[in-house]
Amino acid sequence: MKSPHLDVRYVARLARLDLTAEEAADFQSQLTDVLGYIAALDRVDVTGLDPALEPGDPFCVARPDAARPGLTADEALANAPSTHDGLFRTPRVVE
Amino acid sequence: MPVADYIPTIGLEIHVHLKTRSKMFCACATSYGDDPNTRTCPTCLGLPGALPVLNEEAIKMTILTGQLLGAVTPEFCKWDRKNYFYADMPKNYQISQYDQPLVVGGRIPLYDQYFPKHQRGGAGADGVLATVPLTRIHLEEDAGKSTHFGTSSGLDYNRAGTPLMEIVTDPAISTADEAAALLASLRQILVYAGVSDADMERGQMRCDVNVSVRKSAAEPLGAKIELKNINSVAAVRRAIVFEIERQCGELDRGLAQRQETRRWDDERGESTDMRGKEDAHDYRYFPDPDLQPVCTTQWLNEVRARLPELPHALRARFGHDYGLTPYDAGVLTSEPALAAYFEEAAAGSSKAKSVANWIINELLGRLNEGQTDFSANPVSAAALRELVDLVEGGGISGAQAKEVFSEMFATSGAPAAIVQARGFSQVSDTGALDGFVQQVLAANPDLVARIQAGEAKVVNVLVGQIMKASGGKANPKRVSELLAQALG
Amino acid sequence: MPVSLTVSALRASLAARSLSPREAVLAVAAAAASKDSTLGGYVSLTEAEINTALALADKADVTLPLGGVPIAVKDAIAVQGAPLTCASKILRGFVSPYDATVITRLRAAGAIPLGRTNMDEFAMGSSTENSGFFPARNPRDPERTPGGSSGGSATVVDADTAFAALGSDTGGSIRQPASFTGIVGLKPSYGRVSRYGLVAFASSLEGIGPMTKSVRDAALLLQTMAGHDPLDSTSLNAPVPDYLDTLDRGVKGLKIGLPREYFIDGITPGVRAAIEATVQQLAAAGAEIVDISLPHTEFAVATYYIIATAEASSNLARFDGVRYGHRAAQPADLTDLYNRTRAEGFGPEVKRRIILGTYVLSSGYYDAFYVKAQKVRKLIRRDFTEAFSKVDLIASPVTPATAWKLGTFADTPLQSYLADIFTIAANLAGICGISVPCGLSDGLPVGFQLMGPSLAEKNLLQAAQTVESALSPLALR
Repeated sequence: MKSPHLDVRYVARLARLDLTAEEAADFQSQLTDVLGYIAALDRVDVTGLDPALEPGDPFCVARPDAARPGLTADEALANAPSTHDGLFRTPRVVE
Repeated sequence: MPVADYIPTIGLEIHVHLKTRSKMFCACATSYGDDPNTRTCPTCLGLPGALPVLNEEAIKMTILTGQLLGAVTPEFCKWDRKNYFYADMPKNYQISQYDQPLVVGGRIPLYDQYFPKHQRGGAGADGVLATVPLTRIHLEEDAGKSTHFGTSSGLDYNRAGTPLMEIVTDPAISTADEAAALLASLRQILVYAGVSDADMERGQMRCDVNVSVRKSAAEPLGAKIELKNINSVAAVRRAIVFEIERQCGELDRGLAQRQETRRWDDERGESTDMRGKEDAHDYRYFPDPDLQPVCTTQWLNEVRARLPELPHALRARFGHDYGLTPYDAGVLTSEPALAAYFEEAAAGSSKAKSVANWIINELLGRLNEGQTDFSANPVSAAALRELVDLVEGGGISGAQAKEVFSEMFATSGAPAAIVQARGFSQVSDTGALDGFVQQVLAANPDLVARIQAGEAKVVNVLVGQIMKASGGKANPKRVSELLAQALG
Repeated sequence: MPVSLTVSALRASLAARSLSPREAVLAVAAAAASKDSTLGGYVSLTEAEINTALALADKADVTLPLGGVPIAVKDAIAVQGAPLTCASKILRGFVSPYDATVITRLRAAGAIPLGRTNMDEFAMGSSTENSGFFPARNPRDPERTPGGSSGGSATVVDADTAFAALGSDTGGSIRQPASFTGIVGLKPSYGRVSRYGLVAFASSLEGIGPMTKSVRDAALLLQTMAGHDPLDSTSLNAPVPDYLDTLDRGVKGLKIGLPREYFIDGITPGVRAAIEATVQQLAAAGAEIVDISLPHTEFAVATYYIIATAEASSNLARFDGVRYGHRAAQPADLTDLYNRTRAEGFGPEVKRRIILGTYVLSSGYYDAFYVKAQKVRKLIRRDFTEAFSKVDLIASPVTPATAWKLGTFADTPLQSYLADIFTIAANLAGICGISVPCGLSDGLPVGFQLMGPSLAEKNLLQAAQTVESALSPLALR
């Protein structure tokens, strides 16, 4: 975690988020501050800790395999910005 | 250097739709061919606030598959989010399993009948020619489907959230034939297990292929090229053959290979680089906070208590119990329903081999001709057994039996009734046949003399005449016996 | 009819038929119409929503536990047929086709959802200034924040434009606004109340809880909302006790711990005085006060901002303009549609957190940030386990200071994150907590925080009730 390098533009691309030049500059400096603060975790000794499981942690339950009706097509599409023939419409999806 | 001198290494990532009633994380019905967006709910549509709940049956089916392939299910497994933007994927992340899958290890058996004829030798009684090691099997959710119209696409989320089992093999396959045999064998196993119909043409099984080549076994593995969009077993074979040649050609020309994903175009028979994916894949996997880890112990115990018999075990048993040839046993175990049919028809019959022949030569032949699925087979196992007993007991002739079978196939009629209606019963009674024998011997003294002079084959002419005299009803075996007696 | 009535008082009048559910709905509508335009507590309380509520009121069964009681709902909780925006432009116009489980349960108990309350966009913030529409204002001083992220719910309850409201708490978002506005805010244990239908910001940290005018009201609402939900895999499958029958039993014999890490120099003298006076009252009422330590407290904020933003970056990926919500005009292609829809739809704080969360999960940084934070989270959890082996409850301030002036932290997000220091650990540990008014400092409310182990809401409410009844109403106004 020593001097982490944050490339705001690259990360914003991963997050599908256009940033203005001003936003990029602000976020770069504000988040660098935040990361500086977060670096305090370097001081915590976590040897021997498993991040995933510990005795007493809860386990997930599962449901039986039974089908139930959900939304109608009209309900599913009611909030869609654009539709076509019962489908959600978008600019062409590139595979 | 010739293509044949390169060493190809192939690994498969096989996605299989599980045959559950409901989706992986919600109670919507799994769906094929419904009107678009009629099988969705807040969860599989990724609406704000909706949450996933695991489908127990999908987990059990995955564990079962692992058990059948000799794999291990760890005590604890967890669920992770694979993050990337994709319009078919409603949440823009896929719930999957990253580092603690439901199944690890195991091997997939490759059955000889799925290899080209000249490669089939060497399998044991169970028909297993080779095995390919498995890396892992994990469970995840499928995405929706997009349809393209010019500059726009339309999205249908009926398929989104369908349970998808991903089976990953080690990079341990060396030929296209082996890869194709693996898929066909695996499909057979999945059908036996009742976990999937695994029909590639129907999209229930999809396969990504990783191919690399190197010049000698001493070299490290070459750069891994991933092929996507392969939609049939035949296409898998073609894609691998093409890709091996393409990579060898490039290496011959001194072009280094780099890891990439290519799209297979089966119509044009070539793979192309998937441009537009220049964004480095950074899936940012992390444990899904909506789903805690699972403890598999109870499911594993339930699954172990009801393991089905696998095709190769059944095949070995058919050879041992019924004396079938490996080939016949292989054909009869190709689908579980067919194997069960054979066992039912052969039960209590001392002529299991004959039952097998009738099924393979007559029944399957006719079903194939009519492109009829075995599930629509009109001949019951009991009726087939009755027919075989009639022929083998001398009640009707082979030729008659074929006619009877035709009618059974057309009308599902019972053999005894058909034999009676057609007046096919054979005459085996000595008293009735003696008359014909005496009559024919009296009419052909010259033939009798030639037989007595040593021309044994001439007997057949007499048998033919007796058959004719009886109107075809005489049992030819019995006639031969009577002639032998009469001629001393 | 005054909307200053508690839910308990209102339902007594409704059950006695001295008031009708229709009158209750109209009273909320009238109070909101006269006061809310300056306070910004509601993001939506339309004619259509009032009519829907009136139709429910006319059919209400007043014999049910909450029969005919209108309840305001934070705009992050789904109500079928009502707008659901999380105070974000990206969800403007979205109408929920389904009810959150808490709404299903409240409806079954006779309650009427009425009005969508303002919040920090996607619950990211602690002042409601990050609302994508307009800030909410503190009824005690409209130049000040009511807190956040459930600031709108706090505003409408304190301003008597709602009888009670639902909030959600990811890092203090119920308790801190309750503290700033002098109302009661309960954050139930993680998994005690279903999250199904709560728009996710940080799934492993958050939950829904009541924001009310009295401790009894909080108990009443929790009674209806608590319990296992098969639609939420993280919901706890534990029996729901009667939260009301022991409410007045007092604190005699309860051990209450004071963590030294929560009584630091940064606390303002007015807040300190109010908290200390309340501790003395609890002692006088028979509680045993014990000094304790929660040694990893100083790491809570850093841990929280890694885990919360990581989860948020993934949870908010679905807002892409494809299936619902805002869509950028004339996109060149699908990627452009995503990039611009999200740029136009999300406000600056949401963008900041999406970027931070994406970064801490990205290749090469995952172990250093996310995995490390999960391990430290375990240590923080162990601190509480250790503490609760010695005491029944823990007491502390909710915040180091009272409500701040709007605009105070506009350019210094880190400073506003640090103000959450006393509330965040309870979310990391999954325990329950409550803010109950305990006095004023320079005329502004001070909240007293009580925290209890997972599923200890019964004790928590009982102690909170003692704090509430020890205080003269004059000390609060």
